[in-house]
Order: sequence, then structure tokens, then C-alpha cells
Amino acid sequence: MNRAFVLVRRRLLGAVPVLAIVVVGTFALLESAPGDAVDAYLGTTGGDRGLVDQLRRDWGLDQGPLQRLGLYLAALARLDLGWSVAFSRPVLDVILERLPNTLLLMGSAVALAFGLGSLLGVVAGSRPGGPADRILSIGSLALYAVPGFWLGLVLIVVFAVQLRWLPSGGIETIASGKQGLARAGDIARHLVLPVAALGILYLALYLRMMRAGMVEVWRQDFARAAFARGLPHRHIVWRHVARNALLPLVTMLGLQAATMLGGSVVIESVFAVPGLGRLAHEAVAQRDTPLLLGIILVGAVLVIAVNLAVDIAYAALDPRVGAGQETSA
Amino acid sequence: MNDVGSIRGGSWSRRALLAGGAAFAGAATWPRSLLAQTPRSGGRLVVAADSEPRNLNPAIVASNGVFFVSSKIVEPLAEAAFETPDGLSPRLALSWKGSPDGLSATFALRPNVTWHDGKPFTSADVAFSAMEVWKKLQNLGRLVFADLEAVDTPDPLTAVFRFSKPTPFQLIRNALPALTAVLPKHLYEGTDINANKANAAPIGTGPFRWGESRPGEYTRLVRNPTYWSPGQPLLDEIIYRVLPDRAAAAGALESGEIQLAAFSMVPLADLGRIAAVPGLAVVTRGYEALTYQLVVEINHRKPELSDPRVRRAISHAIDRDFVVRTVFLGFAATSSGPVPRNDPQFHDATAQVPSFDPARANALLDEAGFRRGANGVRFKLRLLPAPFFNETRQFGSYLRQALAAVGIDAELVNNDTAAHLKAVYTDHAFDLAVGSPVYRGDPAISTTILVQGGLPAGVPFSNQGGFRSAELDAVIAQAATTIDDAQRTALYRDFQRLVVTDLPLINVAEWGFTTVASNKVRNAANNPRWAVSNWADLWLAP
Repeated sequence: MNRAFVLVRRRLLGAVPVLAIVVVGTFALLESAPGDAVDAYLGTTGGDRGLVDQLRRDWGLDQGPLQRLGLYLAALARLDLGWSVAFSRPVLDVILERLPNTLLLMGSAVALAFGLGSLLGVVAGSRPGGPADRILSIGSLALYAVPGFWLGLVLIVVFAVQLRWLPSGGIETIASGKQGLARAGDIARHLVLPVAALGILYLALYLRMMRAGMVEVWRQDFARAAFARGLPHRHIVWRHVARNALLPLVTMLGLQAATMLGGSVVIESVFAVPGLGRLAHEAVAQRDTPLLLGIILVGAVLVIAVNLAVDIAYAALDPRVGAGQETSA
Repeated sequence: MNDVGSIRGGSWSRRALLAGGAAFAGAATWPRSLLAQTPRSGGRLVVAADSEPRNLNPAIVASNGVFFVSSKIVEPLAEAAFETPDGLSPRLALSWKGSPDGLSATFALRPNVTWHDGKPFTSADVAFSAMEVWKKLQNLGRLVFADLEAVDTPDPLTAVFRFSKPTPFQLIRNALPALTAVLPKHLYEGTDINANKANAAPIGTGPFRWGESRPGEYTRLVRNPTYWSPGQPLLDEIIYRVLPDRAAAAGALESGEIQLAAFSMVPLADLGRIAAVPGLAVVTRGYEALTYQLVVEINHRKPELSDPRVRRAISHAIDRDFVVRTVFLGFAATSSGPVPRNDPQFHDATAQVPSFDPARANALLDEAGFRRGANGVRFKLRLLPAPFFNETRQFGSYLRQALAAVGIDAELVNNDTAAHLKAVYTDHAFDLAVGSPVYRGDPAISTTILVQGGLPAGVPFSNQGGFRSAELDAVIAQAATTIDDAQRTALYRDFQRLVVTDLPLINVAEWGFTTVASNKVRNAANNPRWAVSNWADLWLAP
């Protein structure tokens, strides 16, 4: 039977308990944080005792945590993500508004990091210890050590403030009325700096991994054999060494998709991109449990989907994966 | 965090006077040739915003974050002013008068004003807003308008407020700019006011109308062509661009993508650099009625802190000049007591909080019986700096060192907003806290509550330290019903003297905000609540 189909079925069944743990765990975490949504709200307004009590009643915070969790789960079972008190709007609307921005930013940054990182990794790994390897290794480590917000600010100062080539932030020109291709171009221009900042930070990971994998493969018998057979260097690098070293990178890609969602809080703030990372930050600061749960659920679904895709890619790249599982699954 | 103001005076520069004159030219018909530059209409002003309030209704939520946007759309009865006798300039009310018995106040309303949806503005709107919104729902109005019994509307342009108990007109007057935003009755009557959709897209009488909002990106206001003041507003639109990162906001100013950042959006440490950028200016005026106070809140339940000598010692341990110089980089003033120096109406210069004198602090602590132990420590405390401003957190670190110098070991406990409010104002799980209450132009609005005894737990920015003084409470209660301005002012002078003697809390410094604006932005900072006023006279030079 189709190996990919078996994989998908197993993963989807496994996802249900994962999501349940994520929901209850997040709820418990936010519940254990001192202060609730009303406390967070009053920090900017103040108010008397009557107002405080009224807000707690209106926002359903006068009930116990178990009751609220029960209500939330009941609503979730009907696919209702609830109401965000911090935005006074349905959670789903708030999330769906920002999801495309984050996916665009994250997707582009991962693509940049993966593409450029593995390519440079191949360059470095084709002759381990050579001058190109040395320069790339040191350079990528230096970039990896740079804090994200600082890199973002440096890019802004150089490209937006000094050179004025690119906008300093936002997802598109404010109230420009642009449509279609002009708008897509405008968004792309706005994404250059945040994608570069995020991509550069993660590029080092792929580069290092690719290089390390290739160093490993060079030592293996089949690589030596290919070398001994007198195959051209370029041919060995691409067909034998790099392809074998690629598998761990695909795994890394799946893991990174998850961290990128959280990792973009800083970049989203610095570049004023209205995305999920910033939204999650606000949800925690405002103690907006339904909103945070919604974001984490969406994040968890995304991670599960990405991992599924990674598994399928694995099956395609490596014939050993998923083979012989039809009887056991 | 909102504010009312009646601050007059202050130093007048030639430029400020010119700005004031230009402000006037829009309303009165002065020959424009007298002015250095003729205001030009048109243009888009892009302003930095660090947050997006969920509710933009200033009648329900009287706070600076809300006013910053909504003050351009929804107007109060009167606005704060630099030069007028009672510190106010007319908006929806043309004049106001309190009765001698303090039981009523009469407002003559502005004629020929229409709501943004075209309906006429009348006294019924004022009566509805006062009775149904300010008194019942508003964070500050619930206190100030608690005794408001009814609002009579003898004709469409007269509103008479009737109080069940004598209410000082001085207080009502001082509350006008921040507490009296008028809502359209026809859109709110019979609805759930808190859930009305106009709270997110307000409809008012102001110079700008609600345009649109892209959450996380911007909010756009557009010119109201039927504004009651002819020729105003001058701008075509105002855009509030969301910039959560302060360093990035400075970058956006430098690159010219935004023209104005108010409320100290640009951090103090960056101001020196920004001020040197050609085309940008740092302005400190325009916040005179939005004074924040840096205070040390004290939990009097802690045995050591219940001793007044220990509280005096703590006050003696704080070098206020150092705090102003180092924490605020000079953009603040030292405090002498619970009423800021920039309020000439109530400030009492004779009331002085104990000043920096570490030797005296050590002597007082010895005298109180808290001698230094073998390690030089007298006793330990938990110190919770409020997370609201960089400066409150930095002062927390300073205070820890200042206390260590006199033998008090303070452990810093840093929390986020929600956790800080819960710990200090509900759970009382603190010994000392650093707070930043707002002085709102009249001690009765939000200052006496900081020291008054017997308040229920869970009320933020109130006395939750367990302090109770019969004498102080009596002065506060008496001032609350004293009608005569002079007598009432005298009582608040007693109040200041009692606070600096008993030290229910310790005042350290007071500060306004800074604005960084492009030189093209004209008429900025021309009233004491400028950032949260209507900007009808603001214009952009070419």
C-alpha cells in the first residue's frame, strides 16, 4: 500500500492527543501566571471596585478555572475558538487576519535560510578545511551569534534610514490603495528586511548542518569508492555526498518551522509586521487565555502539518522510511 | 492613564506665543498677515502609536492611550488651556457656572454642532452621556460623578447638572477635559453601551472622523468637512501607525516615514541623537496637565514599615536630584510632595518630603531600633517596581542600592503589568513598590485615593498598603464637600502637609512626556494636554 498514506493516517491520529495536551497545558500555564485579563486591562485605565467586579463578570472571569476550561473545551468541540477580550473580537478573526503575514514572513525566511544555507553548506562541505569552508564557517557562526533585534535594527539603520532603499517596517505602504501586482510588489519590498534578518539568523544552522553531514559522508566507504573510481569531484559532491547529507536538514526544516513561529516575535516587533508572534506576546501580556490558546492551537496544527510534509518528503528522499510498516500500523 | 488639567503659567518662549497666536487664528478671525506663517491646509500626518486600544470610546475609558486617538473624534465639554483664567478653553460647552450651594452646575452648549452622521448635537446628548456613561461606566467618572442625580435640559443648548450632595465646582471644572467626552444619544440609547459597535469606530463632533483601522498596522482618521470651527481642521488625515518597537520608531522618524512620535515613544536615551538629526525637534511642552508621579508605595502591614521613622529614613535615603539626572536624564523634576510643582492651583511649597540625608536616615533607623546586624543589614524587604515605564524599573534598581547604603536589603521582584497589579493592589504581596500614578489636575480625582484609608482590595492605583490616618481621612472627606474654592484649596494644602509628615507613600519625582516631531509639524504642543487634544489647528508646512 501507499507508504505516504499510512504515514498520514498515523500522524493525524497521533495529533489528537497532542492537541489536547497543548490546550490543557497552555491553559494551566496561563492560569498559573499571576493576574488575569482584568488586572492587565486596569494597568492602563484604573477603576473602582465596582468596575473591577463588573469587568470580571462581563469577561466570565468570575468563574473557577475548571469551569472556564470546561466551557472552552465545549466551545472548541464545536470548532469555536471563543472571544478575545484583549481585542473585543472573535479569536478566529484576529488570528486569521495575522496568519497570512506570519506565514509569508516565516515561509520566505525559512526558504531563504534553507536554500542559501544548504547551498553554502555544500560549498563549505565540498572541500572541508579549505579556505571557502573556513570563511563560511566563521562568518555563519558570527551571524548566528547576533541577537535578532540588533540585526533588525542595523538593517533598518543602514537600508531604511541611511540609504533609504527600503521601508523601515510594516507589511505594506499605509493606506496606499495599491491593488494586484503593485500591491504584491509593495509587500515584497516591505518583506525584504525582515526576511533577510530572520533568514540570516537561521542560515548558519543549515550551513553548519550541511557541512557537518558532508564531512561525515566523505569518510564513508561509498564516497571513497567514488573518489577511487576517479569520478569528477563535482559529480561526487552533488550526487553522492550532498544528497546523503540532505536528510538531517529536512528534519531540521520541520523543527525550525515550529521555532520560527515563536522566533519571529522579535523580528515582527522591530519591523512592525502584524503577525502571530507579536499577537501571542500581546495575548500573554493581556492574559487573554482564549486568544493565546487559539494561537497555540493554530501553531500546533501548522507544526503537525509541516512535520507531516517532512515525513512525506523523507519517504520520497529515503526509500527505507515507512517501508514494512503496513502490517504494524 | 488619563489626566485633567488646569495648569497655567510656565515659561513662555516667543515661539510658543507664536504657536498660540496661530492656534487662535483658526477660531477668531485675526488678520492672518500678522502671523509669521500662514497655516496651510491639507496633507497627511503620520504618527507613531505603540498600542491599539480595544475600546476607543473616551466616555467609557478615560485613559491617555484612548484619548490619543479618540480626542480627535469625540469632544469633551472643555479642553485644558495655557492662558485662560480657569485653565480651560471651550469645546462643546461655551460657558459653565456652579451654583453657590454646590448642588448644581449649568453649561451653555455650543450651537450649530452636528454629529459626524449629520444629526444635531443637543443637551440631550450631554444628559445621556453624563447619566448613563460617565456616572455609570467610566473608570474615573464613577467616582467624580457619583453624586450626580440628574441632568436637566431646559432647552437644547442648556444642560443643568444636579447633585444629591454639595459637589465642589472646582472639581467638576478640573474634570471637564478628561471626563466629559460627549457621545451621540441616538446611537447609544437602548443599546448595551459597553458592546456598542461605535466604541471601535467612534462617531463624535470632533474635527476628524473615523476612517478605517487595520489591526496591527494603522488607524486612519479623516477630515470632518462639517466641523463647527470654520476652516478647521487643517489636516486632511491623521494616520496612527503601529510601531511596537521604540528603537524602530526612532528609525521611522529619521527616515521620514512618520512625522511625529508623542508620549516619549522615542526612549530618553535616544533623544540626544534624535535631536541632532536635521529636520527633527524634541518638544517637552504639551504635557503639563499629564503629570506622572514617581512614588514609593509602602506596605504598612510590614512591622518595620509601620514605624514612621523608618519611612522618613527611606525618604532621606533617596537622592532625588540623582534620580532626575540619571534615571530621567533631566527630563523630570524632583517631587516635594503629593501635588506636583507644576500645579499652581494646589501645590504647597511649604510641604517638603524629607530630602536626601543618608546620615539622618541611618540615625533614624538606629533610633527606631533596627540596628545593623553582623553583615551590615538591618532588615530585608521585597521591592516591586511597576513595569509601566523604563524609568519605574530603573528607579527600582536605584532604590535597591540607595536602601543598601543605609542597611536595608531590598530584593527586587520584577513582574509584568497583570502580575504587578495582582501582587500590589489585590494580594498585598509587597513591602515596597515603585508606582507611577497620574496627577489629574485636582487631588480629588486620583491622588487622595492613594493615601485614603479603608478602600476595598483589588482597586488598582489606590492605597492598598494598609495605611490609615483618621486625621488625613477627615481632611480628604471635608475637602470632598467643600464648595468654596479657597477653603477647598486650603484643605488640600493641609493634605499635602500631612502626607509629607506621615509618609503613607514617598513622592520622588514627577515628569511629563516628550514629543519628537518633524519641523514641518506646526502648532504642536500648544495646550497642556496637547497630545490628547483635538489637533484641529495642527498643520504641515510644505
